[in-house]
Amino acid sequence: MRLAKSYFADERKDDLNEIGQGRSRVDLPGHVTGKTTYFADRNFPGMLHLKMVRSPHHHARIRSIDTSEAEKHPGVVRVLTAKDVPHNTYTILILIQIGPEDEHVLAEEKVRWKGEAVVAVLAETERAAQEAAAKVKVDYEVLPAVLDMEAALKPGAPLVNEHHGQNYYMYDSGACRKVRFGDVEKGFAEADHILEQTYSSSPIEQAPMETTGCIAVPEGNDRFTCYTNTQAMFFTLDNTSIILQMPGSQLHLVGGTAGGGFGGKVDVIVEPIAILAAKLTGRPVSFIYSRHEEMQISSPRAAETITIKDGVMNDGRIVARYVTGYTDAGAYSRHSPYGAQKGAAHYPGPYTIPNVWADTYCVYTNRTPSSAMRGFGVTIADFALEVQMDKLARLIGMDPLEFRFINAYRDGDMKAHRQTTEGAALIECMQEASRAANWPVAEKYYALSSHPREG
Amino acid sequence: MAIRRGRGVAAINYPTGMNLGGDPSQALVHSTPTGNFMVTLSSVDLGQGLKQVISQICAETIGVPTDRVVVDTADTDTGPHCMGTFASRGTHRIGNAVIQAAKEARQVMLEVAAEELEVNAADLETDGAGNIHVKGAPQKAISIFDTALSAHFKRGRSISGRGMFLVPRSFPETETGAMKPATCYAHACTVAEVEVDDETGEVTVLTVKNVFEIGRALNPKMVEQQLVGGSWMGISHTLYETTEPYYPAREHGGSDFNEYLMPGPGDLADTEIIVLERPSADGPYGAKGPGEMCANPQIPALANAIFDAVGVRIDHLPITPERILRALKEQRRV
Repeated sequence: MRLAKSYFADERKDDLNEIGQGRSRVDLPGHVTGKTTYFADRNFPGMLHLKMVRSPHHHARIRSIDTSEAEKHPGVVRVLTAKDVPHNTYTILILIQIGPEDEHVLAEEKVRWKGEAVVAVLAETERAAQEAAAKVKVDYEVLPAVLDMEAALKPGAPLVNEHHGQNYYMYDSGACRKVRFGDVEKGFAEADHILEQTYSSSPIEQAPMETTGCIAVPEGNDRFTCYTNTQAMFFTLDNTSIILQMPGSQLHLVGGTAGGGFGGKVDVIVEPIAILAAKLTGRPVSFIYSRHEEMQISSPRAAETITIKDGVMNDGRIVARYVTGYTDAGAYSRHSPYGAQKGAAHYPGPYTIPNVWADTYCVYTNRTPSSAMRGFGVTIADFALEVQMDKLARLIGMDPLEFRFINAYRDGDMKAHRQTTEGAALIECMQEASRAANWPVAEKYYALSSHPREG
Repeated sequence: MAIRRGRGVAAINYPTGMNLGGDPSQALVHSTPTGNFMVTLSSVDLGQGLKQVISQICAETIGVPTDRVVVDTADTDTGPHCMGTFASRGTHRIGNAVIQAAKEARQVMLEVAAEELEVNAADLETDGAGNIHVKGAPQKAISIFDTALSAHFKRGRSISGRGMFLVPRSFPETETGAMKPATCYAHACTVAEVEVDDETGEVTVLTVKNVFEIGRALNPKMVEQQLVGGSWMGISHTLYETTEPYYPAREHGGSDFNEYLMPGPGDLADTEIIVLERPSADGPYGAKGPGEMCANPQIPALANAIFDAVGVRIDHLPITPERILRALKEQRRV
């Protein structure tokens, strides 16, 4: 790594003692010698293991659940279904008033994605829990599934989630989060060229080394300690308090070093059911995702589809941008309504465009619920925006890097979501990249800066 | 059939934090009787090194070496509230809370030292090595060790401080979308070079040159680790990963690190990282959040490089050999 100190040197003091020093991490020796304690390194006498019975169908009605054989399996201590969960219908972002509650800790009446948790089995060993889970009999009536966003939004599509009433999230602004800036139709009318392109992505997994999990321990005084690798302690505590209808004062969460998260440990999935199980059995309970569950059950990054229509002038100025973004939430909201909204604010990227229209939709399908992942709301948008920039440059016969210099935002420029740009540094990043990659641009672009335009 | 070479560029920005829901974090700082400083948080270190960077922020603010600071975190009984570690918010939001707490603790420390030295607290400064002295008169000094002992056993003062950083919630305007979704923005520009085998569709990433502007590199070594790792993740996202390669069929989804495709060490490009620092007005010592954005610019840069190499656009991620071959076949047909 090289620090390019010549840029913005007058905006920075380089006389600090500790800041700017590449000190070795205090936890490094523990990590590389295997001494660091993770939540799962703890073992408690009498600890039970929780395994989930999961839906084999994308969409099905539950006719009946028979747990009798599982309960008789040697080593099984308790079997939990939806009726055991005090407040079974929840949604994580209810804490910031982004409802409705639309998901079940354990499925009731229906399953809405292949892998949804239906029954929790608690046993003395992981193996016994796994074997007993296989003996739970669930009678399903398979329903038609909606497996992509286009199908989900068609009139007459099967309804994925009754708590929403339609296959998209209803914002206070309507079916989508809107950004309106300038007059896009006027911009397109003036443009020398118009280019409309669609981009899309498949879900990906956060793939942390350490799988999601927790160990819940009854403290004997109506308090429960939960050792967890959540990325957000109080998010988890407050949601658990709602789901278990238990005062937050009875909950004690202990985290520590997590073995990677990348957004995959922001959902509140394992802790509420583990703490409930500890309460109902009076014993410590371990609920740790297998690698298979981490890869195929935990929320991935959403599949997205983004259409960008741009109006561009022969001199390189983009004069209008119209974006429609769809985020596939899967069957439940989790963090997706937030991600789609974050996307709306991100367009039109780091460029100053006078006329912008953005609609972002959060769509429900019978896919695995998606949620937070490193950069969500922005990562796929950047893929779409920056491939579009390349296509636009080639369309008007301009160097792709020079084309970006022409449109780059600068301090003082108004963004589409009506925030004034400050602290911009896109131009300087591109200047340095041009030099480092030996990708020369015209001299005038090296003379630009992110400081406010003249006049 | 040939190996074809191409080059692509992408430039991006990235928001720090998540104040569409309100974005608070708190911190407490106190000294032990021997002048070590404890930072108490409920924030989570995901392995990215939050504890280390928080130690350095606290040490800089109080004026002690980093090894005099211990961070106790991720306990809801002892640590004050934090939203969590996500949205590139950890260093920025928690760092700001720690600065406020450390400033309050430093003020008490200087007041106690002033009583011991019989001077005015405003005339004192720290030397960064564990001592407090009168400005311009380094011989008139007291160690922080002795100051803390005095505070605790003699003066009856608690060298401690409370810190809070809140970005108030922004509610988007329904019709215009006017909103303040984040505070400062980090920036990046990536140039990637690839080779594409037009017979197999296989992409070899030769070089990835990343320029990142992150406000301030509080710990350049950790910044480098995060940026290099992010750059590799960007390559992985572009060319390899999906949980559902043949969706809607779910049978092909990777179930472990053997089946779930990610690049191995031999598949990673020659990676260059250059960092620019334009301190943000509201960041702790000018820092912005680099955690998420560093994995983004490689994706479009590689997509553009593949087009530059073989003249086909793959507008769906991941850009697999199969998709490239199908596009090349279509290109030849046309």
